[in-house]
Amino acid sequence: MSVPLTLLGLLEREPSHGYDLKRDYDALFGRGKPLPFGQVYSTLGRLARDGKVLAGESEPGAGPDRKRYLITDLGVTEVAAWLTEPVEPEPHLQSVLFAKVVIALLLGRPAEQYLDTQRAAHMQRMRELTDMRRQAGQVDSLLADYGLFHLEADLRWIDMTSARLQSLAQEVGAR
Amino acid sequence: MTAVRIPAEDTRADCVLRAVDVHLSFGATPALQGAQLSVARGEILAVMGPSGSGKSTLLHCLAGIFTPDSGEIWFDGQRLDTLSDAQRTRLRRTAFGFVFQFGQLVPELSAADNIALPLLLGGTRRKAAYASAAAWLDRLGLGALGTRRTGELSGGEAQRVALARALVARPQVLFADEPTGALDSLTGEKVMDLLVDLVHEEGTTVVLVTHDARVAAYADREAMVRDGKVTTPSEVMVAE
Repeated sequence: MSVPLTLLGLLEREPSHGYDLKRDYDALFGRGKPLPFGQVYSTLGRLARDGKVLAGESEPGAGPDRKRYLITDLGVTEVAAWLTEPVEPEPHLQSVLFAKVVIALLLGRPAEQYLDTQRAAHMQRMRELTDMRRQAGQVDSLLADYGLFHLEADLRWIDMTSARLQSLAQEVGAR
Repeated sequence: MTAVRIPAEDTRADCVLRAVDVHLSFGATPALQGAQLSVARGEILAVMGPSGSGKSTLLHCLAGIFTPDSGEIWFDGQRLDTLSDAQRTRLRRTAFGFVFQFGQLVPELSAADNIALPLLLGGTRRKAAYASAAAWLDRLGLGALGTRRTGELSGGEAQRVALARALVARPQVLFADEPTGALDSLTGEKVMDLLVDLVHEEGTTVVLVTHDARVAAYADREAMVRDGKVTTPSEVMVAE
Protein backbone atom coordinates (compact mmCIF):
# COMPACT_ATOMS: atom_id res chain seq x y z
CA MET A 1 0.00 0.00 0.00
CA SER A 2 1.52 3.33 -1.07
CA VAL A 3 0.34 5.86 1.52
CA PRO A 4 1.49 8.98 -0.43
CA LEU A 5 -0.24 7.93 -3.65
CA THR A 6 -3.36 6.82 -1.80
CA LEU A 7 -3.59 10.18 -0.02
CA LEU A 8 -3.01 11.92 -3.35
CA GLY A 9 -5.86 9.92 -4.85
CA LEU A 10 -8.15 10.92 -2.00
CA LEU A 11 -7.14 14.55 -2.53
CA GLU A 12 -7.90 14.34 -6.23
CA ARG A 13 -11.47 13.50 -5.23
CA GLU A 14 -11.73 16.75 -3.23
CA PRO A 15 -9.50 19.12 -1.24
CA SER A 16 -9.39 17.99 2.40
CA HIS A 17 -7.97 18.68 5.84
CA GLY A 18 -5.42 16.21 7.17
CA TYR A 19 -7.94 14.97 9.72
CA ASP A 20 -10.54 14.20 7.05
CA LEU A 21 -7.95 12.47 4.89
CA LYS A 22 -6.95 10.22 7.78
CA ARG A 23 -10.60 9.43 8.52
CA ASP A 24 -11.27 8.49 4.89
CA TYR A 25 -8.04 6.51 4.61
CA ASP A 26 -8.81 4.53 7.78
CA ALA A 27 -12.39 3.86 6.66
CA LEU A 28 -11.33 2.57 3.26
CA PHE A 29 -7.91 1.05 3.83
CA GLY A 30 -7.17 0.96 7.59
CA ARG A 31 -8.73 -2.40 8.52
CA GLY A 32 -7.54 -2.37 12.11
CA LYS A 33 -4.31 -0.58 11.25
CA PRO A 34 -5.17 3.13 11.29
CA LEU A 35 -2.77 5.60 9.79
CA PRO A 36 -0.97 7.59 12.53
CA PHE A 37 -1.65 11.34 12.44
CA GLY A 38 2.09 11.95 12.36
CA GLN A 39 2.44 9.93 9.18
CA VAL A 40 -0.46 11.79 7.55
CA TYR A 41 1.09 15.20 8.18
CA SER A 42 4.66 14.18 7.38
CA THR A 43 3.44 12.64 4.10
CA LEU A 44 1.45 15.75 3.23
CA GLY A 45 4.54 17.84 4.03
CA ARG A 46 6.65 15.83 1.61
CA LEU A 47 3.97 15.96 -1.08
CA ALA A 48 3.82 19.77 -0.65
CA ARG A 49 7.60 20.01 -0.82
CA ASP A 50 7.59 18.00 -4.07
CA GLY A 51 4.91 20.20 -5.59
CA LYS A 52 2.22 17.51 -5.69
CA VAL A 53 -0.13 19.22 -3.20
CA LEU A 54 -0.68 22.78 -2.07
CA ALA A 55 -1.31 23.60 1.57
CA GLY A 56 -3.81 26.37 2.19
CA GLU A 57 -3.67 28.94 4.98
CA SER A 58 -4.28 27.73 8.51
CA GLU A 59 -7.95 27.97 9.41
CA PRO A 60 -9.27 28.69 12.91
CA GLY A 61 -10.53 25.66 14.81
CA ALA A 62 -9.56 22.82 17.12
CA GLY A 63 -6.92 20.24 16.23
CA PRO A 64 -3.26 20.26 15.32
CA ASP A 65 -3.57 21.37 11.72
CA ARG A 66 -6.45 23.15 10.06
CA LYS A 67 -4.87 23.53 6.65
CA ARG A 68 -6.84 22.43 3.63
CA TYR A 69 -4.76 20.52 1.09
CA LEU A 70 -5.42 20.38 -2.63
CA ILE A 71 -3.76 18.35 -5.34
CA THR A 72 -1.66 20.05 -8.05
CA ASP A 73 -1.49 19.15 -11.75
CA LEU A 74 1.76 17.31 -11.01
CA GLY A 75 -0.04 15.32 -8.32
CA VAL A 76 -2.90 14.46 -10.69
CA THR A 77 -0.37 13.26 -13.29
CA GLU A 78 1.32 11.10 -10.67
CA VAL A 79 -1.97 9.50 -9.60
CA ALA A 80 -2.92 8.87 -13.23
CA ALA A 81 0.42 7.17 -13.90
CA TRP A 82 0.13 5.09 -10.73
CA LEU A 83 -3.31 3.89 -11.73
CA THR A 84 -2.19 2.81 -15.18
CA GLU A 85 0.97 0.94 -14.16
CA PRO A 86 0.61 -2.67 -13.06
CA VAL A 87 2.26 -3.76 -9.85
CA GLU A 88 5.22 -5.98 -10.61
CA PRO A 89 4.12 -9.58 -10.12
CA GLU A 90 6.36 -11.02 -7.44
CA PRO A 91 6.89 -14.75 -7.28
CA HIS A 92 7.46 -14.63 -3.49
CA LEU A 93 10.02 -17.39 -3.88
CA GLN A 94 11.78 -16.39 -0.71
CA SER A 95 8.61 -16.50 1.35
CA VAL A 96 8.43 -18.16 4.71
CA LEU A 97 6.49 -21.09 3.22
CA PHE A 98 9.22 -21.77 0.69
CA ALA A 99 11.98 -21.46 3.27
CA LYS A 100 10.26 -23.80 5.73
CA VAL A 101 9.72 -26.51 3.13
CA VAL A 102 13.28 -26.36 1.87
CA ILE A 103 14.75 -26.33 5.37
CA ALA A 104 12.47 -29.22 6.39
CA LEU A 105 13.64 -31.23 3.38
CA LEU A 106 17.26 -30.35 4.03
CA LEU A 107 16.93 -31.49 7.62
CA GLY A 108 14.92 -34.62 6.79
CA ARG A 109 11.97 -33.31 8.82
CA PRO A 110 8.33 -34.10 7.89
CA ALA A 111 7.69 -31.44 5.25
CA GLU A 112 4.35 -33.00 4.28
CA GLN A 113 3.09 -32.67 7.84
CA TYR A 114 4.14 -29.02 7.87
CA LEU A 115 2.35 -28.41 4.56
CA ASP A 116 -0.82 -30.09 5.89
CA THR A 117 -0.70 -27.91 8.98
CA GLN A 118 -0.15 -24.82 6.86
CA ARG A 119 -2.98 -25.83 4.54
CA ALA A 120 -5.38 -26.16 7.50
CA ALA A 121 -4.30 -22.74 8.80
CA HIS A 122 -4.89 -21.22 5.37
CA MET A 123 -8.32 -22.85 5.17
CA GLN A 124 -9.21 -21.51 8.61
CA ARG A 125 -8.31 -17.99 7.49
CA MET A 126 -10.27 -18.47 4.26
CA ARG A 127 -13.32 -19.47 6.31
CA GLU A 128 -12.99 -16.29 8.36
CA LEU A 129 -12.67 -14.14 5.23
CA THR A 130 -15.62 -15.92 3.60
CA ASP A 131 -17.77 -15.21 6.67
CA MET A 132 -16.60 -11.60 6.57
CA ARG A 133 -17.40 -11.31 2.88
CA ARG A 134 -20.87 -12.76 3.35
CA GLN A 135 -21.72 -10.22 6.04
CA ALA A 136 -19.87 -7.22 4.63
CA GLY A 137 -20.71 -4.41 2.26
CA GLN A 138 -19.11 -4.11 -1.16
CA VAL A 139 -15.87 -2.43 0.00
CA ASP A 140 -15.07 -4.99 2.70
CA SER A 141 -16.09 -7.76 0.28
CA LEU A 142 -13.47 -6.53 -2.17
CA LEU A 143 -10.81 -6.69 0.52
CA ALA A 144 -11.93 -10.14 1.63
CA ASP A 145 -11.83 -11.34 -1.98
CA TYR A 146 -8.30 -10.00 -2.36
CA GLY A 147 -7.22 -11.97 0.70
CA LEU A 148 -9.09 -15.08 -0.45
CA PHE A 149 -7.50 -15.12 -3.89
CA HIS A 150 -4.03 -14.72 -2.42
CA LEU A 151 -4.62 -17.50 0.10
CA GLU A 152 -5.96 -19.67 -2.71
CA ALA A 153 -2.77 -19.07 -4.69
CA ASP A 154 -0.73 -20.15 -1.66
CA LEU A 155 -2.89 -23.25 -1.32
CA ARG A 156 -2.28 -24.20 -4.93
CA TRP A 157 1.41 -23.84 -4.30
CA ILE A 158 1.06 -26.00 -1.17
CA ASP A 159 -0.80 -28.70 -3.15
CA MET A 160 1.74 -28.69 -5.97
CA THR A 161 4.61 -28.79 -3.50
CA SER A 162 2.99 -31.67 -1.58
CA ALA A 163 2.66 -33.61 -4.82
CA ARG A 164 6.33 -33.04 -5.65
CA LEU A 165 7.89 -33.56 -2.22
CA GLN A 166 9.64 -36.78 -3.10
CA SER A 167 11.45 -35.38 -6.13
CA LEU A 168 12.06 -32.10 -4.34
CA ALA A 169 13.72 -33.95 -1.47
CA GLN A 170 16.01 -35.69 -3.93
CA GLU A 171 16.93 -32.40 -5.59
CA VAL A 172 17.51 -30.54 -2.34
CA GLY A 173 19.49 -33.45 -0.94
CA ALA A 174 21.63 -33.55 -4.09
CA ARG A 175 22.90 -29.99 -3.63
CA MET B 1 0.54 -19.10 18.52
CA THR B 2 -2.98 -20.25 19.19
CA ALA B 3 -4.58 -23.63 18.60
CA VAL B 4 -7.51 -23.96 16.25
CA ARG B 5 -9.08 -27.23 17.26
CA ILE B 6 -10.65 -29.41 14.61
CA PRO B 7 -12.76 -32.19 16.12
CA ALA B 8 -11.23 -35.66 16.00
CA GLU B 9 -13.04 -37.90 13.54
CA ASP B 10 -14.19 -40.69 15.79
CA THR B 11 -15.29 -38.75 18.85
CA ARG B 12 -18.12 -36.72 17.37
CA ALA B 13 -21.20 -37.18 19.53
CA ASP B 14 -23.93 -35.94 17.21
CA CYS B 15 -22.81 -37.87 14.17
CA VAL B 16 -25.31 -38.29 11.34
CA LEU B 17 -23.02 -39.96 8.78
CA ARG B 18 -19.99 -42.14 9.29
CA ALA B 19 -17.61 -44.15 7.14
CA VAL B 20 -15.62 -46.78 9.02
CA ASP B 21 -12.55 -48.33 7.39
CA VAL B 22 -14.13 -48.25 3.95
CA HIS B 23 -12.39 -50.04 1.07
CA LEU B 24 -13.60 -50.02 -2.52
CA SER B 25 -11.80 -50.99 -5.72
CA PHE B 26 -12.83 -50.70 -9.34
CA GLY B 27 -11.32 -53.81 -10.87
CA ALA B 28 -7.68 -53.80 -9.85
CA THR B 29 -7.70 -50.08 -9.07
CA PRO B 30 -8.18 -49.23 -5.40
CA ALA B 31 -10.33 -46.09 -4.94
CA LEU B 32 -10.82 -46.12 -1.18
CA GLN B 33 -8.30 -47.73 1.15
CA GLY B 34 -9.54 -47.56 4.71
CA ALA B 35 -11.42 -44.26 4.55
CA GLN B 36 -12.69 -43.00 7.91
CA LEU B 37 -15.00 -40.02 8.17
CA SER B 38 -17.79 -38.73 10.35
CA VAL B 39 -20.14 -35.83 9.75
CA ALA B 40 -21.99 -34.04 12.52
CA ARG B 41 -25.67 -33.16 12.23
CA GLY B 42 -26.11 -29.70 10.69
CA GLU B 43 -22.45 -29.50 9.72
CA ILE B 44 -21.14 -28.45 6.32
CA LEU B 45 -18.14 -30.65 5.60
CA ALA B 46 -15.92 -30.02 2.59
CA VAL B 47 -14.22 -33.10 1.17
CA MET B 48 -11.14 -32.05 -0.75
CA GLY B 49 -8.31 -33.78 -2.53
CA PRO B 50 -6.50 -34.09 -5.83
CA SER B 51 -8.18 -35.56 -8.91
CA GLY B 52 -8.49 -39.31 -8.55
CA SER B 53 -7.93 -39.23 -4.79
CA GLY B 54 -11.28 -40.92 -4.11
CA LYS B 55 -13.30 -37.96 -2.82
CA SER B 56 -16.28 -38.44 -5.16
CA THR B 57 -16.18 -42.20 -4.57
CA LEU B 58 -16.37 -41.53 -0.85
CA LEU B 59 -19.40 -39.27 -1.39
CA HIS B 60 -21.09 -42.01 -3.44
CA CYS B 61 -20.44 -44.53 -0.65
CA LEU B 62 -21.77 -42.17 2.03
CA ALA B 63 -24.90 -41.61 -0.08
CA GLY B 64 -25.49 -45.33 -0.60
CA ILE B 65 -24.91 -45.14 -4.35
CA PHE B 66 -21.81 -47.35 -4.19
CA THR B 67 -21.50 -50.29 -1.81
CA PRO B 68 -18.04 -50.68 -0.28
CA ASP B 69 -16.08 -53.91 -0.68
CA SER B 70 -15.50 -53.80 3.06
CA GLY B 71 -16.06 -51.41 5.93
CA GLU B 72 -19.23 -49.79 7.17
CA ILE B 73 -21.39 -46.81 6.28
CA TRP B 74 -23.69 -45.53 9.00
CA PHE B 75 -26.51 -43.04 8.55
CA ASP B 76 -28.51 -41.76 11.48
CA GLY B 77 -27.77 -44.82 13.60
CA GLN B 78 -28.37 -47.48 10.94
CA ARG B 79 -26.03 -49.41 8.64
CA LEU B 80 -26.48 -48.13 5.11
CA ASP B 81 -24.20 -50.54 3.28
CA THR B 82 -26.16 -53.63 4.36
CA LEU B 83 -29.54 -52.34 3.16
CA SER B 84 -31.08 -53.74 -0.01
CA ASP B 85 -30.96 -51.71 -3.23
CA ALA B 86 -34.65 -50.88 -2.85
CA GLN B 87 -34.19 -49.73 0.73
CA ARG B 88 -31.24 -47.54 -0.21
CA THR B 89 -33.14 -46.07 -3.15
CA ARG B 90 -36.01 -45.17 -0.83
CA LEU B 91 -33.61 -43.64 1.67
CA ARG B 92 -31.91 -41.57 -1.03
CA ARG B 93 -35.28 -40.26 -2.14
CA THR B 94 -36.51 -39.33 1.32
CA ALA B 95 -33.43 -38.45 3.36
CA PHE B 96 -30.80 -37.30 0.86
CA GLY B 97 -30.60 -34.52 -1.70
CA PHE B 98 -28.04 -34.25 -4.48
CA VAL B 99 -26.45 -31.44 -6.45
CA PHE B 100 -23.88 -32.26 -9.09
CA GLN B 101 -21.76 -30.24 -11.47
CA PHE B 102 -23.71 -31.11 -14.62
CA GLY B 103 -26.76 -32.77 -15.99
CA GLN B 104 -28.92 -33.45 -13.00
CA LEU B 105 -31.93 -31.59 -14.38
CA VAL B 106 -34.25 -32.91 -17.09
CA PRO B 107 -33.76 -30.30 -19.84
CA GLU B 108 -37.09 -30.99 -21.56
CA LEU B 109 -39.03 -30.29 -18.36
CA SER B 110 -39.75 -26.85 -16.89
CA ALA B 111 -38.01 -25.54 -13.79
CA ALA B 112 -41.20 -26.16 -11.77
CA ASP B 113 -41.49 -29.73 -13.13
CA ASN B 114 -37.89 -30.46 -12.15
CA ILE B 115 -38.34 -29.15 -8.63
CA ALA B 116 -41.65 -30.96 -8.13
CA LEU B 117 -40.23 -34.26 -9.43
CA PRO B 118 -38.77 -35.63 -6.17
CA LEU B 119 -42.03 -34.89 -4.36
CA LEU B 120 -44.12 -36.57 -7.07
CA LEU B 121 -41.83 -39.62 -7.01
CA GLY B 122 -42.23 -39.70 -3.23
CA GLY B 123 -46.02 -39.81 -3.49
CA THR B 124 -46.91 -36.17 -2.84
CA ARG B 125 -50.09 -35.09 -4.63
CA ARG B 126 -49.56 -33.06 -7.78
CA LYS B 127 -51.13 -29.85 -6.50
CA ALA B 128 -49.10 -29.85 -3.29
CA ALA B 129 -45.88 -30.73 -5.14
CA TYR B 130 -46.28 -27.83 -7.57
CA ALA B 131 -47.19 -25.45 -4.74
CA SER B 132 -43.93 -26.40 -3.02
CA ALA B 133 -42.03 -25.97 -6.27
CA ALA B 134 -43.52 -22.50 -6.74
CA ALA B 135 -42.58 -21.53 -3.19
CA TRP B 136 -38.99 -22.67 -3.77
CA LEU B 137 -38.81 -20.81 -7.07
CA ASP B 138 -39.88 -17.62 -5.28
CA ARG B 139 -37.44 -18.26 -2.45
CA LEU B 140 -34.59 -18.53 -4.96
CA GLY B 141 -35.64 -15.46 -6.92
CA LEU B 142 -36.68 -17.60 -9.89
CA GLY B 143 -40.43 -17.04 -9.70
CA ALA B 144 -40.61 -15.77 -13.27
CA LEU B 145 -38.82 -18.83 -14.67
CA GLY B 146 -41.09 -21.60 -13.43
CA THR B 147 -42.45 -22.49 -16.87
CA ARG B 148 -39.10 -22.18 -18.65
CA ARG B 149 -37.42 -25.42 -19.73
CA THR B 150 -34.25 -25.95 -17.74
CA GLY B 151 -32.30 -26.46 -20.95
CA GLU B 152 -32.98 -22.80 -21.71
CA LEU B 153 -31.68 -21.48 -18.37
CA SER B 154 -28.26 -19.98 -17.72
CA GLY B 155 -25.77 -22.06 -15.75
CA GLY B 156 -26.39 -20.13 -12.54
CA GLU B 157 -30.18 -20.31 -12.90
CA ALA B 158 -30.03 -24.04 -13.64
CA GLN B 159 -27.86 -24.65 -10.58
CA ARG B 160 -30.30 -22.72 -8.39
CA VAL B 161 -33.12 -24.90 -9.74
CA ALA B 162 -30.97 -27.97 -8.99
CA LEU B 163 -30.50 -26.68 -5.44
CA ALA B 164 -34.26 -26.26 -5.03
CA ARG B 165 -34.86 -29.74 -6.40
CA ALA B 166 -32.30 -31.19 -3.98
CA LEU B 167 -33.87 -29.47 -0.97
CA VAL B 168 -37.59 -29.52 -1.82
CA ALA B 169 -38.18 -32.83 -0.02
CA ARG B 170 -36.36 -31.42 3.06
CA PRO B 171 -33.58 -34.04 3.12
CA GLN B 172 -31.45 -34.58 6.21
CA VAL B 173 -28.26 -34.59 4.15
CA LEU B 174 -27.35 -32.70 1.00
CA PHE B 175 -24.57 -34.23 -1.10
CA ALA B 176 -22.99 -31.66 -3.38
CA ASP B 177 -20.29 -32.78 -5.83
CA GLU B 178 -18.45 -29.80 -7.35
CA PRO B 179 -21.70 -27.77 -7.35
CA THR B 180 -20.01 -24.68 -8.81
CA GLY B 181 -17.55 -26.49 -11.05
CA ALA B 182 -19.26 -25.39 -14.27
CA LEU B 183 -19.89 -21.79 -13.20
CA ASP B 184 -17.81 -18.64 -13.39
CA SER B 185 -16.43 -17.26 -10.11
CA LEU B 186 -19.13 -14.68 -9.46
CA THR B 187 -22.04 -17.00 -10.31
CA GLY B 188 -20.44 -19.77 -8.28
CA GLU B 189 -20.14 -17.42 -5.33
CA LYS B 190 -23.84 -16.54 -5.55
CA VAL B 191 -24.83 -20.22 -5.72
CA MET B 192 -22.67 -21.01 -2.68
CA ASP B 193 -24.06 -18.03 -0.74
CA LEU B 194 -27.53 -19.33 -1.49
CA LEU B 195 -26.67 -22.94 -0.66
CA VAL B 196 -25.25 -21.98 2.74
CA ASP B 197 -28.19 -19.70 3.58
CA LEU B 198 -30.69 -22.40 2.65
CA VAL B 199 -29.06 -25.27 4.51
CA HIS B 200 -28.67 -23.10 7.61
CA GLU B 201 -32.36 -22.20 7.44
CA GLU B 202 -33.34 -25.84 6.88
CA GLY B 203 -30.83 -27.36 9.32
CA THR B 204 -29.51 -29.64 6.56
CA THR B 205 -26.19 -31.46 6.88
CA VAL B 206 -23.96 -31.02 3.83
CA VAL B 207 -21.19 -33.14 2.36
CA LEU B 208 -19.52 -30.90 -0.19
CA VAL B 209 -16.96 -32.41 -2.55
CA THR B 210 -14.78 -29.78 -4.17
CA HIS B 211 -11.27 -29.16 -5.39
CA ASP B 212 -11.83 -25.41 -5.05
CA ALA B 213 -10.53 -23.92 -1.81
CA ARG B 214 -12.81 -20.89 -2.14
CA VAL B 215 -15.83 -23.19 -2.21
CA ALA B 216 -14.46 -25.31 0.64
CA ALA B 217 -14.09 -22.13 2.71
CA TYR B 218 -17.90 -22.02 2.99
CA ALA B 219 -17.77 -25.25 5.00
CA ASP B 220 -17.37 -25.57 8.75
CA ARG B 221 -14.32 -27.79 8.26
CA GLU B 222 -12.60 -29.78 5.58
CA ALA B 223 -11.38 -33.35 5.21
CA MET B 224 -8.59 -34.14 2.77
CA VAL B 225 -8.68 -37.36 0.76
CA ARG B 226 -5.38 -38.70 -0.53
CA ASP B 227 -4.84 -42.10 -2.09
CA GLY B 228 -8.22 -43.29 -0.86
CA LYS B 229 -7.64 -42.29 2.76
CA VAL B 230 -9.01 -39.34 4.71
CA THR B 231 -6.50 -37.12 6.43
CA THR B 232 -7.88 -34.45 8.71
CA PRO B 233 -5.52 -32.60 11.03
CA SER B 234 -6.81 -32.87 14.59
CA GLU B 235 -5.22 -29.64 15.66
CA VAL B 236 -3.62 -26.78 13.83
CA MET B 237 -1.27 -24.17 15.18
CA VAL B 238 -1.95 -20.74 13.78
CA ALA B 239 0.12 -17.64 14.35
CA GLU B 240 -1.93 -14.90 16.03
